[in-house]
This record gives sequence, structure tokens and C-alpha cells, in this order.
Amino acid sequence: MAEENKREIVIPGEIIVKGEDYLPGDGTEKRGDEVVALRYGLSEESNKLVKIIPLSGVYHPRRGNVVIGKVDNINFNGWMIDINSAENAFLSIMEVPRYVNKDALEEVMKIGDMAIAKIWNINKRGIDLSIKLRGLGKIDEGIIVKVNPNKVPRVIGKEGSMIKLIKDKTGCNITVGQNGLIWIKGDKIDDELFAKKAIQFVADRSFISGLTDALTKWFDEEKK
Amino acid sequence: MAKEFKRADGRKTTELRPVKAKVGIVPNADGSAMFSSGDTIAIAAVYGPKKMHPQHQQNPEKGTLRCTYSMISFSVSDRIKPGPSRRSMEISKITEWALEPALMLEEYPNMVVDVHINIIQADAGTRCAGINAAAMALAHAGIPMKSMVSSVSVGKLDKQLVVDINKDEEDWEEGEGATDIPISMTDDGKITHFQLDGKITTKQVKEAIELAREACKEIYEIQKKALKESLGE
Repeated sequence: MAEENKREIVIPGEIIVKGEDYLPGDGTEKRGDEVVALRYGLSEESNKLVKIIPLSGVYHPRRGNVVIGKVDNINFNGWMIDINSAENAFLSIMEVPRYVNKDALEEVMKIGDMAIAKIWNINKRGIDLSIKLRGLGKIDEGIIVKVNPNKVPRVIGKEGSMIKLIKDKTGCNITVGQNGLIWIKGDKIDDELFAKKAIQFVADRSFISGLTDALTKWFDEEKK
Repeated sequence: MAKEFKRADGRKTTELRPVKAKVGIVPNADGSAMFSSGDTIAIAAVYGPKKMHPQHQQNPEKGTLRCTYSMISFSVSDRIKPGPSRRSMEISKITEWALEPALMLEEYPNMVVDVHINIIQADAGTRCAGINAAAMALAHAGIPMKSMVSSVSVGKLDKQLVVDINKDEEDWEEGEGATDIPISMTDDGKITHFQLDGKITTKQVKEAIELAREACKEIYEIQKKALKESLGE
């Protein structure tokens, strides 16, 4: 990621910058002419907008996120999916791009199946999922890797650079869920395990800069 | 009143015990911290925000903070019976009240943030150590907070006010005896928790608050340092 802006760890209640012309972004608040941090994380300032990049904590679902989850219940008009968040997520049969027999929802997805879905709405009752877009739907094969949801942006990299590198080097198809679950599908099990190792390498070193270069080096060493 | 008050362990009246703090000690938890002050050691682990269960306890307006304070059976020389007691339940509630004004739980309706505080070793001031550890653990868990919370207990030994008393001082018996005053504050000096039982003049209460304010500033710096250093590992 770009390092032109200086980043600093801030704690709740700490003053990040002083000055009338700064704007408070995610995780910050304006008190008088000071921008104050409201949570623990890395502060980043660009174009006078100050925001905080979280370093820890649970996954907070946002509209538009692509997530990977496990079917944990079926009711009369859809599936309840555990997406690793506090709210339950619901996939309605209306959001499945094919005809579904209401008496046999199991034919589409059983309890315990994994699925890639997109959050299309969040309301008081919970989260609504959809699998109507390309690339979404039930997962039939491959492996799932779990990482800390806060490290997902690092795993993807700037404009997908990191994940593209892993895909190219391992020849696997990888889908990263914003909730920290990653689906890897390769031709051989060994490729999948190799991709898993690469992802864990990135997740373990998420705080260092120039990680894409470090990963390239790591690939060279691993391949021998 | 004596010119120079001598404390048994040689500290000045405004001096804290050696303080240590560390963040991220429980890998499984969403946030965790250790805080020790002299021989008192507290660890706190935060889980959540997660769905409140049982459902009837859900609050649709804002999230709930649920603290569980407990002393480990070997934390004192006479083994204490593990499990909730009258005292630990009271301290759990006090801890919730001390921390809640600093938290912004409006973003998490129907959810709960669980804070588990365990006292590994006790030498007075356990609730303060617990609150300090819990505040750091909550910050580490990424819970939105208006400010940090720091806590210290001010003691009145006979007529002399001292900061951060230990067990020997708590058992002071000369003169008026010992009065323990645990105080918690946000980093801008607003009081979130104040407890007092004993005999004290209003003038001395004000003095005690000023002493606590200075001590809390010191503790805040230590908490801040611990949180900032936790990343480089």
C-alpha cells in the first residue's frame, strides 16, 4: 500500500490532528478544532480527511461485502447463513438465480454447506444475502482458510495486487470473503495448500510495509 | 500531621507501585490485556460484540456491557472459593458502571460485549487493576470509545492521603484506620466511578480526587504505551 501518508497507532480519546480544516472520517470525531480517535487502530490522513484503519475486533458487515459462510439452518423460504458476525444472515430463495422447489430447499444447499454470497441489505432484523451475481453461490470443492477479518485488506492488497500475485504464482482460483474466510480452488491439493501457506504468510506479517515485495521473495525461496 | 509521611514500602505519598501493562495476551479473545500494579495482577479478555443471549435481555436501543470479575482461587494466601460471590458480583457491576460512560455501544443494538476480568494475584486495589485492564482490552477489541478509563485507589491512612495502597496499608489500624477510595476517570479527568466507605472530611475528598487525577494521568500514559507497542510483535 502507498506509504506517502504517515500512519500512526492511535488509542481511543487521543487527539490525532489539530486544525479547523481537517475532516473526521471513519472511527473519528470532531471536538472543537481537534479530530479525536474513537477506536484503536492506525490513523491515516489524506486530503485533510482523517480516518482510522481498524487493527482488531470482530467483523462488521457492510452492504456490498462479499462474504463466505456456512449454512446453519433452513426455514420455509430460505437459508440462515453463519457469516462470522453477530447478526444472522439470511439468504432468501428470491435471491437464488434459478427455480427452487419450496419443498426441497436441501436440493440447493444443505445444512453445513459453504456458500459465497453478497450482502445486499442490512436492516434492523438482520442481514440479507444474495447469490444472484456471477461468482457467487454454493462452494462444491476446494479449501477454506480463515484469517482475521481486519487483515483482509492486506491479503487483497492495493487494487488486488497481493491476491493477484498469489493467484498467478499458485495457479489457484481464490475468493476472499470480507469476513475473513477465503476460498481456494486449485487443480491439485498441493497447489491449494501452497496458496494457503502464502495467505498465512501475508496475514502473519500484515503490519510491515512493502509486503508485496516480501511475498515475491518468499515465493522465489519456496519454489527453489 | 507529620512533615514527611513514611510508607512501609518506602514510597512517596503520591507514588504508584511499579506498574506493568501488556495488550494481546489472550490470542483467542477479540481483545485482551494484562495490568499489574505491584503484586496485584489482573487480566481481562473481551469477546464481542456478539448477539445477546438470552433474547429477553437484548436492548434494541444500544449494546450491553457485561463484566465478570473473578478472583482466582490462588490469588490470595488463604484459598478463596472459586465462583461468583457477593463481593465479586458487586465489583462486576461497579466495573460495568465505571466503563460504560466511555463506551459508544449505540452502534450495537441487541448485542453484548463480554468482559472477563480475572485477578491472578491480589494485593489490594484489584478492582482498579481490573478496570485498567478491561479498558485496555476493550480498546484492543476495537470497541468505539470516547476515551480511555484509568483507575486508582486513594487511601486515607489515619489522616494522611496516599495513592495506590497495598494490602498492608489497607489493614492500617492506627488512629482513624484506613479508608479506601477507588476512583476511575476518563483521560480528560471526568470521574466515572467513585467509591468510598469510611470516615473522611469533604475537604479531604476533594484532595483525594486531585491525587487520583494525577495518578490516573500516569496510568493513562502506561495504558497508551502498552496499546501502541502491541503491534510490533
